[in-house]
Amino acid sequence: MLLVLLLLPMCWAVEVKRPRGVSLTNHHFYDESKPFTCLDGSASVPFDQVNDDYCDCKDGSDEPGTAACPNGSFHCTNTGYKPLYISSRWVNDGVCDCCDGTDEYNSGIVCENTCKEKGRKERETLQQMAEVTREGFRLKKILIEDWKRAREEKQKKLTELQAGKKSLEDQVELLRTLKEEAEKPEKEAKDQHRKLWEEQLAASKAQREQELATSAFQELDDDMDGAVSVAELQTHPELDTDGDGALSEGEAQTLLGGDTQTDAASFSDRIWAAIRDKYRSEVLPTDLPSPPAPALTEPREEQPPVPSQPAEEEDEEEEETEEEEGGEEGEEEDSQVPGEQPKETPPPVVPPQTASPTEEDKMPPYDEQTQAFINAAQEARNKFEEAERSLKDVEESIRNLEQEISFDFGPNGEFAYLYSQCYELTTNDTWGSWAGPDHDKFSAMKYEQGTGCWQGPNRSTTVRLLCGKETVVTSTTEPSRCEYLMELMTPAACPEPPPEPPASGNHDEL
Amino acid sequence: MDAAEKEEISVEDEAVDKNIFKDCSKIAFYRRQKQRLSKKSTYRALLDSVTEGKESTRFQIINEAAKVPLLAEVYGIEGNIFRLKINEETPLKPRYEVPDVLTSKPSTVRLISCSGDTGGLVLANGKGDLKCHITANPFKIDLVSEEEVVMSINSLGQLYFEQLQIPPKQSRATKENEEDTSDDTTQENQEELGLWEEKFRNFVDVKDNGPASIGLDFSLHGFEHVYGIPQHAESHQLKNTSDGDAYRLYNLDVYGYKIHDKMGIYGSVPYLLAHKLGRTLGIFWLNASETLVEINTSGDTEPAVKDALTQTGPVAVKQKVRSQTDVHWMSESGIIDVFLLTGPTPSDVFKQYSYLTGTQAMPPLFSLGYHQCRWNYEDEHDVKAVDAGFDEHDIPYDVMWLDIEHTEGKRYFTWDKKRFPNPKRMQELLRSKKRKLVVISDPHIKIDPDYLVYAKAKEQGFFVRNHEGGDFEGVCWPGLSSYLDFTSPKVREWYSSLFAFSVYQGSTDILHIWNDMNEPSVFRGPELTMQKNAIHHGNWEHRELHNIYGFYQQMATAEGLIQRSKGKERPFVLTRSFFAGSQRYGAVWTGDNTAKWSYLKISIPMLLTLSVTGISFCGADVGGFIGNPKAELLVRWYQAGAYQPFFRGHATKNTKRREPWLFGEEHTRLIQEAIRERYTLLPYWYSLFYSAHVASQPVMRPLWVEFPDEVETFGVEDEYMLGSALLVHPVTEPKATVVDVFLPGSSEVWYDSKTFAHWEGACTVKIPVALDTIPVFQRGGSVVPIKTTIGRSTGCMTDSPYGLWVALSTKGSAVGEFYLDDGHSFQYLHQKQFLHRKFSFASGVLINSCADKRGHYPSKCVVEQILVLGLKKQPSSVTSHSPDGKAQPVAFTYCAKTSTLNLEKFSLNIGADWKVQIQ
Repeated sequence: MLLVLLLLPMCWAVEVKRPRGVSLTNHHFYDESKPFTCLDGSASVPFDQVNDDYCDCKDGSDEPGTAACPNGSFHCTNTGYKPLYISSRWVNDGVCDCCDGTDEYNSGIVCENTCKEKGRKERETLQQMAEVTREGFRLKKILIEDWKRAREEKQKKLTELQAGKKSLEDQVELLRTLKEEAEKPEKEAKDQHRKLWEEQLAASKAQREQELATSAFQELDDDMDGAVSVAELQTHPELDTDGDGALSEGEAQTLLGGDTQTDAASFSDRIWAAIRDKYRSEVLPTDLPSPPAPALTEPREEQPPVPSQPAEEEDEEEEETEEEEGGEEGEEEDSQVPGEQPKETPPPVVPPQTASPTEEDKMPPYDEQTQAFINAAQEARNKFEEAERSLKDVEESIRNLEQEISFDFGPNGEFAYLYSQCYELTTNDTWGSWAGPDHDKFSAMKYEQGTGCWQGPNRSTTVRLLCGKETVVTSTTEPSRCEYLMELMTPAACPEPPPEPPASGNHDEL
Repeated sequence: MDAAEKEEISVEDEAVDKNIFKDCSKIAFYRRQKQRLSKKSTYRALLDSVTEGKESTRFQIINEAAKVPLLAEVYGIEGNIFRLKINEETPLKPRYEVPDVLTSKPSTVRLISCSGDTGGLVLANGKGDLKCHITANPFKIDLVSEEEVVMSINSLGQLYFEQLQIPPKQSRATKENEEDTSDDTTQENQEELGLWEEKFRNFVDVKDNGPASIGLDFSLHGFEHVYGIPQHAESHQLKNTSDGDAYRLYNLDVYGYKIHDKMGIYGSVPYLLAHKLGRTLGIFWLNASETLVEINTSGDTEPAVKDALTQTGPVAVKQKVRSQTDVHWMSESGIIDVFLLTGPTPSDVFKQYSYLTGTQAMPPLFSLGYHQCRWNYEDEHDVKAVDAGFDEHDIPYDVMWLDIEHTEGKRYFTWDKKRFPNPKRMQELLRSKKRKLVVISDPHIKIDPDYLVYAKAKEQGFFVRNHEGGDFEGVCWPGLSSYLDFTSPKVREWYSSLFAFSVYQGSTDILHIWNDMNEPSVFRGPELTMQKNAIHHGNWEHRELHNIYGFYQQMATAEGLIQRSKGKERPFVLTRSFFAGSQRYGAVWTGDNTAKWSYLKISIPMLLTLSVTGISFCGADVGGFIGNPKAELLVRWYQAGAYQPFFRGHATKNTKRREPWLFGEEHTRLIQEAIRERYTLLPYWYSLFYSAHVASQPVMRPLWVEFPDEVETFGVEDEYMLGSALLVHPVTEPKATVVDVFLPGSSEVWYDSKTFAHWEGACTVKIPVALDTIPVFQRGGSVVPIKTTIGRSTGCMTDSPYGLWVALSTKGSAVGEFYLDDGHSFQYLHQKQFLHRKFSFASGVLINSCADKRGHYPSKCVVEQILVLGLKKQPSSVTSHSPDGKAQPVAFTYCAKTSTLNLEKFSLNIGADWKVQIQ
């Protein structure tokens, strides 16, 4: 009894008298001398109905110390540890929720007061954490500084590159002009060269036709009177025009343009063209020339079809063919393939024994003058392309730098050092986003669209970041199939530690 | 977990590959019976052979094909049950008779034989109101109740009995039975008939005993509604079977089974119920081999229904003439051993069936709470986090579950040392919140000489043997495994001993067990199960007892858990495979369902069917095991599951996490609400289970059980009764805004459990539903006990106060019962430590009285709230009269709009005699 009396005043010194389950901050709502008004104002009840194990208030505020209300809150002071609100439904449910055991005052079970012990442990942990945080934060500051410096350097480099890019662009433009200028005479010379060649071809073709007409005329002119008559023409029934298998007089006359005969000159001018396709020579009945081959036929057009091959090879061959064409035509325009020499003749793609174009179908080599133009243009092209490549390289570097600089490396760039680093777990996911909760966005990272899982989703990983002195993966788990959770300790996740507490001993509240 | 990841063996697909499983055309004994029956060779009874033994009346039956007559025995069994056994008189070797299913040898009652007309025999029970009329030629038995023939046996002449023969090789050697086989000698025919060998896919079933199948038909006169014979993903009312599409009873591991299909899945109860106006019957076909059931309902149904609506009384007689349901049972082996349960009411049939096979085990209270499962909770840390998640979101739950990954390489009874280094510490964490742990233990044992369980079992020859005599080996989760032969009492005893705390390292008394894969599932076996010619204890072939394998494992497990507590504590064991009688050992669930609305919907008829066949403690995986449910489906499934007996969320390995708080705040709240409703109703649930346990009444009841005289209820399966007081109509359609709820009973009144709106019965009402609506209706005339505050687990709610929902009938009265015990031990049984109360309301007085004077259980719990629904007039005063006679005024509020009286500040002990007077 004496002990109790002695203890009581001490308790009162710390504990303000208030209904069970009410926190200090709320105790002024619970005034013994007045009826109690529910905290939500929903009702007002005599004060003796507070904690009478019957729920009067909709918000449960009249029963903070009993389990009567489904939605009430019970407050434990937890002296020595942290105060805590628990659901009032957990009061006297036989489970010790408060470390001071105050939630179980009438359930028959005895809850040990573990607040001191928990407080001690918590303090130890906090101290350790504080130490880790301090050290981590120190490192983080270094990381931030490092990144600041690196970022400045990168920024500088970027500026340099951007300046360099400007002059490079100018240079490219200049070289383009030069190239285009060099290509003009080249084109002209080549066109000229081609035109000459085509004229030659045309002339020789006309001559061949003339020869044919002449020889046909001579053949037809049976009586050698220097004129072909209707009767003479009729000896060639293959010239039949109405399909009855015989060349009638009328038909023959029509062929002769209404005349009864024709001389050599008008035969070759007017009549030969009409009959040449049907005309069968008496001397060499099968050796009539086929319609003349176009001057610039593709060599392969006259060749038998390529024997069937595996599709892949065929494709390759087609590509090759296209390239050849490109090569040939590319002489007139910007070559698609940088540095490629124009091809004078396509390489043989078919065995040489098969028919090849006749000698005169081949374009003769360029003359010296033209070749000189070509060489000059090619040089201009090469220079231009080289410059363009350098520009692209610079642009790429700029892009990378810009990306890195603008990347979200946390509020102060503390996560920059992790850029392009590899920490175990390979799932081939790609960076998604910061994935922490709104108030702490940088506490987790999300990587998405990794390798597909067999009959499952694409792999994805969430990396939870914890404050630590070192950068190390502490755990990896797979809470759902192909969804990984990784914990990464890093100084970058360390918050700024609170200012050093004054070195006062004996404090037991947390 | 279950049959996913069957590696290269089977496709891990949502849809079941039906080619893995047989249809009727691939079942040789089905083909044989069909072929032979088309030839019609009728049996006749030899009445001069009748002998009346002490227990049964015996006589011989014979047909032209049979050289030797069969012996038929008719037993009268206590409680208006007949038993008919037909066997060979002197078989070549004994035929399998299913042991251990009947709780004890049923007491027989003497049947009085009075010879009827010539060519017949009549056996009557003592009172003479039940008779068996046996007709000699053709052999037929009519079951007559009060001069009405309710059932005829073999009236279609489908009695079929293959007598054991000497194998053909031997017979050829002896050249004796040439004639017998002469008509079946062609190679093709041999294969077709599958007498001594049966092929399926690349499996060959070599049958040392040859053909031994049996069959019999039952005609149910006047019946159009038949139920039972689980397990099928089918409607509650059995459908007519077309040719080749019989209901199959063969326990199989069918991952993602197809719904509306008659194929056999995880468990079998060869028990069928038939119901018509005025009578309910049961046919219990005690056979554990592969069984097929054909149903054929014929007759002009329409007029009968109309008559029933307009008339009473002679309707049943009229119906009898018009309609009939024929039930044809066929089994691969064993004997004909069939129990005829004569009702006449549904409740009587339930009692008769449980008299034979036992009642639902009284579950420990925690197991009626919510169970949280997943394949798999990864490690102790994961368990801790999920457990904390429930507290953080203030969602009650009772049991954390661990699937196969908790073990060291699927070696049951071990722990993965990396993931679960300290299982006891983990259990202490759960215990501190009065929660439990359930871990899995499957029947396959990894072949590994260093695995103690394997080594011991191997040494003692405890495994099922293969046809060649070595240990049977099959592939399951751990890879190559052997299978414990639970049919042996010695093996069961040994298996039970493995659960002793000293043997099962890391186990504590809050650890309970889940038996999975016990069909048994054998990944590379025919139909993913064991070869039929594997050999069990007593040299019985697996084919004889396949369907009872899982039953035995659960039996041994439950026994093990009881033994570890020295007989004190009630076990909880969930099993996937089951047989008639499995209700005695724990709970059953519907296996690997799918996260689709259709599977949510079919869970109701599937559970109703289990419920009427004795298995009250049943459930379906909430959310669907396979696939990822959308939030709406998950919420609806929680709402449905909260009102189904076994309430567990479960998901397979490759699904997304789906703990209740992962679908946004709103959905979390809805799921929390649904689970809380479950906990609110715990006292009612527990009382219902007590009623199932002692009085054989199912917890979840089809409407026809509660309203047997209302034809409209006979086919209802989208709603059901929970006990006799609550009608539940779960929402099983997406984006539902309204549901049509049928409220039966023309003299009934129904109250919406939330809005208290009321309707008169015998009508269909359109109930608007939001996502938070669970359509539940309290039947007028009932009292439902509830808990008024919800704790974080059932254990935390022991002392929390009660409430009573009193819903008045049209006559202004109501009754209800309440049961309470310590929630975990057998003291309710051995020391009668229980409280069984009755609440009755009449003439404005609510009385709490004792319902069973044998029970004593002190409780400090009070009733603090009483809600009276349907009180037409505002009372002027309410007075409570406590046991000591003290009268006290009670504060109340009355709402005229809803006719609801709410008694507040009430505080009288739940176990005391008191009354409340409303004036």
